[in-house]
Amino acid sequence: MSDEHHHGPPQAAVVHRDKFGMWLFLASEVMFFTGFIAAYIVLRNAHAGTDGDPFLLANRHLSVPLAATNTLALILSSFTMALAVGASQKGDKGKTQLFMLATIALACVFLVIKYIEYSTKFHHGFTPDANVFFGMYFLLTGFHGLHVVGGIVTIAILVFVNAQGKFSAEYNTPIEVTGLYWHLVDIVWIFLFPMLYLLP
Amino acid sequence: MAQEGSHTKLYLTIFICLVVLTGLTVGVAQVDLGSKLNLAIGLLIAATKATIVALFFMHLKHDGGLDKYFYIAALFPLVLFFIVLTPPILDIAWLPRWGIPDTLFEALIVK
Repeated sequence: MSDEHHHGPPQAAVVHRDKFGMWLFLASEVMFFTGFIAAYIVLRNAHAGTDGDPFLLANRHLSVPLAATNTLALILSSFTMALAVGASQKGDKGKTQLFMLATIALACVFLVIKYIEYSTKFHHGFTPDANVFFGMYFLLTGFHGLHVVGGIVTIAILVFVNAQGKFSAEYNTPIEVTGLYWHLVDIVWIFLFPMLYLLP
Repeated sequence: MAQEGSHTKLYLTIFICLVVLTGLTVGVAQVDLGSKLNLAIGLLIAATKATIVALFFMHLKHDGGLDKYFYIAALFPLVLFFIVLTPPILDIAWLPRWGIPDTLFEALIVK
């Protein structure tokens, strides 16, 4: 229906099978996180204005500089992943490898900072059952962190396969769809950052 | 090759935009505008950043075909959620209550 908008070589108005699968998965991911985010907002509002609002008290124990650094690390990793996808589509094996490794490195920076945050919280007795805020905090950042780990593993596999020269300008779909997934992981964090760390 | 250069430049511009918006989010949060407005502004900037990522890093702006519609489908639960929860959170009396019971509606209002 929107053939005239198609760039590149003439093609029928088809959805590419692999990209379709990834978008379907991303749709389910959005629903997954929307459920948790909805729970967070409902709980936060239910406690707003009450004495000793756990959301406002707990917020003082979170580090905005650490979280802001993490936000920058993930945004930068989205940038390097976009460059990796671009390089792979041009068949530039070396640059693809370089940018994918940079993405993994930045994701590891994210996880190391997350680890520092978690251990500080535990050290001060802020475990997931400390109060409703920390319950939501660990639920949201925990599931997001698992997605980051999943991304690292997937991109590491792509680095391995790319090293064997199996990707080319003609065949690079795995890198492209993994890029889509990685950008969604970035988008989820973009919402979590103001929700969890920047409460008034 | 010229295209490669412009692509990298576009991505770099997008990256800088995202960094600036992150700074803006942190900056605005330092100003106490009330729980309601702070949350609304924070989420609005986040939505802007997410849209920029989707349009440029995820190529939605340049993807023809049907992929776009799946993105809209993916966003549907998010949109539905905002439509249902915005009236109580912002306590806007003239917006429809979508059948939410009064007690729940009152509980959701940000004080």
